[in-house]
Amino acid sequence: MKNIIISIAIIILSSFSFASESVKLQKAPIDLDDTISLQRGARNFVNYCLNCHSASYMRYNRLTDIGLTEELIKDNLLFTSDKVGDPMAISMKYSDAKKWFGAAPPNLSVTARSRGADWIYSYLRSFYRDPSRNMGWNNTVYKNSAMPHILWELQGEQHINHETNNFKLVIPGKLSPKEYDQFIGDITNYMVFMSEPGQQKRRQIGYYVLAFLFLLLVLTINLKKEYWKNIK
Amino acid sequence: MEKKSNTSSTGMLGWIDERFPLSSFIKNHLTGYYAPKNFNFWYLFGALALFVFVIQILTGIFLTMHYKPSAAEAFASVEYIMRDVSFGWLIRYMHSTGSSLFFVVIYLHMFKGLMYGSYRKPRELLWLFGVFIFLLLMAEAFFGYLLPWGQMSYWGAQVIVNLFTSVPFIGPDLAEWVRGDYLVSDATLNRFFAFHVIALPLALAGLIFGHLIALHEVGSNNPDGIEIKDMKDKKTGIPLDGIPFHPYYTIKDLVGLSVFLIVFVSIIFFAPEMGGYFLEANNFVPANPLVTPDHIAPVWYFTPFYSILRAVPPLFNSQFPGVAAMGLSVLIFFFVPWLDKSKVNSIRYKGPLYKKWLSTFVISFIVLGYLGTVPSNVWGQFYIAIPIIGGSDVATIVARIFTATYFLFFILMPIYSRKDITKPVPKRVRM
Amino acid sequence: MTDENKKIDLNRRKFLLTATSITGAIGVSAAGIPFVSSMLPSEKAKAAGAPVAVDIAGIKPGEIKTSEWRGQPVWILNRSDAMIKKLDNNKELADPDLKVVSQQPKYCQNKTRSIKSNLLVVVGICTHLGCAPSPKLLPKGDMGTEWEGGFFCPCHGSKFDLAGRVFKGSPAPTNLVVPPHKYINEQTVLIGEDPEGVA
Repeated sequence: MKNIIISIAIIILSSFSFASESVKLQKAPIDLDDTISLQRGARNFVNYCLNCHSASYMRYNRLTDIGLTEELIKDNLLFTSDKVGDPMAISMKYSDAKKWFGAAPPNLSVTARSRGADWIYSYLRSFYRDPSRNMGWNNTVYKNSAMPHILWELQGEQHINHETNNFKLVIPGKLSPKEYDQFIGDITNYMVFMSEPGQQKRRQIGYYVLAFLFLLLVLTINLKKEYWKNIK
Repeated sequence: MEKKSNTSSTGMLGWIDERFPLSSFIKNHLTGYYAPKNFNFWYLFGALALFVFVIQILTGIFLTMHYKPSAAEAFASVEYIMRDVSFGWLIRYMHSTGSSLFFVVIYLHMFKGLMYGSYRKPRELLWLFGVFIFLLLMAEAFFGYLLPWGQMSYWGAQVIVNLFTSVPFIGPDLAEWVRGDYLVSDATLNRFFAFHVIALPLALAGLIFGHLIALHEVGSNNPDGIEIKDMKDKKTGIPLDGIPFHPYYTIKDLVGLSVFLIVFVSIIFFAPEMGGYFLEANNFVPANPLVTPDHIAPVWYFTPFYSILRAVPPLFNSQFPGVAAMGLSVLIFFFVPWLDKSKVNSIRYKGPLYKKWLSTFVISFIVLGYLGTVPSNVWGQFYIAIPIIGGSDVATIVARIFTATYFLFFILMPIYSRKDITKPVPKRVRM
Repeated sequence: MTDENKKIDLNRRKFLLTATSITGAIGVSAAGIPFVSSMLPSEKAKAAGAPVAVDIAGIKPGEIKTSEWRGQPVWILNRSDAMIKKLDNNKELADPDLKVVSQQPKYCQNKTRSIKSNLLVVVGICTHLGCAPSPKLLPKGDMGTEWEGGFFCPCHGSKFDLAGRVFKGSPAPTNLVVPPHKYINEQTVLIGEDPEGVA
């Protein structure tokens, strides 16, 4: 038995050749208790993303969870719909979108669960000028993405050095790099919220349920000990 | 001596007892059913499995109230449950966590059986019921996993159903019949829904009932593997090492249940995705028949068997040997009562050979399980110059080795169990 | 063996059994709440059943407009002065005093069954078996010489007046339902919501 394990270990360790293709991601600044960040993120999302991407599993009135009133939502965020209970859908048809862009911009409702917050944050930072692409932009996190750099006016124009894979901000944008990072940090934070709006509540309830179960455990242990005292 | 009657003569209980064996059931299967007093931790998992089964049925019913079993609406209906249905998220997480924990509990329950010889005469039929339940449970989980209609749901189903095409002669037609279409589609989803919601739960309920009847007919085994009915009290006929199931084990199981619930609740409320093992990240992308994910892996509880499938190379241009090996890796469990030729039941009295082989089997199962979650090239390739295996994926070679040890545990059992040096078995149990 | 048996402390057993049972019962009841709650109207149902704003500026006196709220037809009738006067005649009504209070909100518990005396907001479903009555707003006509104006249900002949009040002899037992509603401004009524400050 021991011999089997040793021989296997030798075989494994004797020749490794790793092939690691994944891109290094930056850590996204997620804080679901920062409601101001979430509100900014909601506004940014509606203004910049909701034109092409839908988020149709998310209802506008759910934004009351992050401190917005229905009035505020109606006045500032309802562009594509007229009722606050409506989902964040877009009017562009899927088939049209596919025709116009090559690939239909995906529904972003649960992207924070499929790609993860770090991916989204890194993706929004990693656009660079690429004249060989249709829209003129490419992205190191999602190679040959069909999406142009919607936020280029805010970030500015990045060029890539293909040897070092480093970016250089060639034309500055309206926001400084720090401001831009906060801007997309807010969007990412919001998208994490949007992917599961009830998650903070879920954790809160969990603490209570666990406390109850520990009480139940103490009682059942004592009950068991009492009945089993005489069993030898 | 007056003949003791099981029936109560008075009141509501008496009325019922005249028409229904309620009191006698309670006597025969609870208060007067004697179980060995030396049950340990491993004996909890049968009761827990029953509890999880009930939870899955209950949460499943409430999910079915809102879920839409069509390709067009399924994914959206799950998000509807998560967001728009009051506490829908909780019911969904209970169901997804429950399905993974069902397999944790069942694997531990099966391991108990292997360790203590719970499949040995006269419990062979009990074991057969159990393996059949396991098989149907795998099917139930497989059908259920298609229902969210995410990328992993779709492609997992596509890969597994396509395995049927490798069956000689009837393969492609068989796969088409299973799918109801030329590819996994709305037709497939609808029928998998029917299997998952009613057909298999009914079958499972019946088999679990049979499993319990078979158990009560012969009585429970125990960690020492000795028959408590062999040492009965001369006057009362009660096994000396037996204690009434109720209240002793009903109460002890409550403790186990409380611990289990703490685990269950911790996952549901704090980590329902379990790092992507219980709820896979790629399943939050709606199914797309035109885009194959980079990495298709089954849910964690199928990965040992998936590893075996991948490890077996194609023979005579057919994938069928791999499929057959995967099928055999589950079906071989049916034969265990007749493979074990040992003089004793329990590992406590078996010799070093059995212990080495059982450990090897467990390690194989775990390593194969891990390998099934990752792509075959995860550990790179062997140096080209190494004869025979040069250039091959390291993970595949390792999987092949552990596939061999997995099967050898069963195949060689008649030999090593007979040869093994056993210890003398006591007449009375050890607490 | 018996003296090894520690004295069974019945009191401790009873206490622990009771405490565990009560805790367990609380747990099971609490666990039931999500399931029962999941059957309540979902956000989707609530959004579809949300209040509906209707423009009333274009409804001339004597005219009726049909809207929809929660899948039901809602009539908004702009009663002329003559129509409002006719409401005093309540001899043939089955429930002239609006004793069945569930058929209208408190703020419409009046002769005109409305907030503004001219504007009737009423659900266009017969309280007998659910058919849609036909508006017969003008007197006489094909409804006979005694008819002063109102609604007639073609299914089983129930009759209602210009405030939706049911006539004696109708199969329908109660007056037509007045839904909760409020006036956002002079041109718009919001069907489905009570005015502020209503108990």
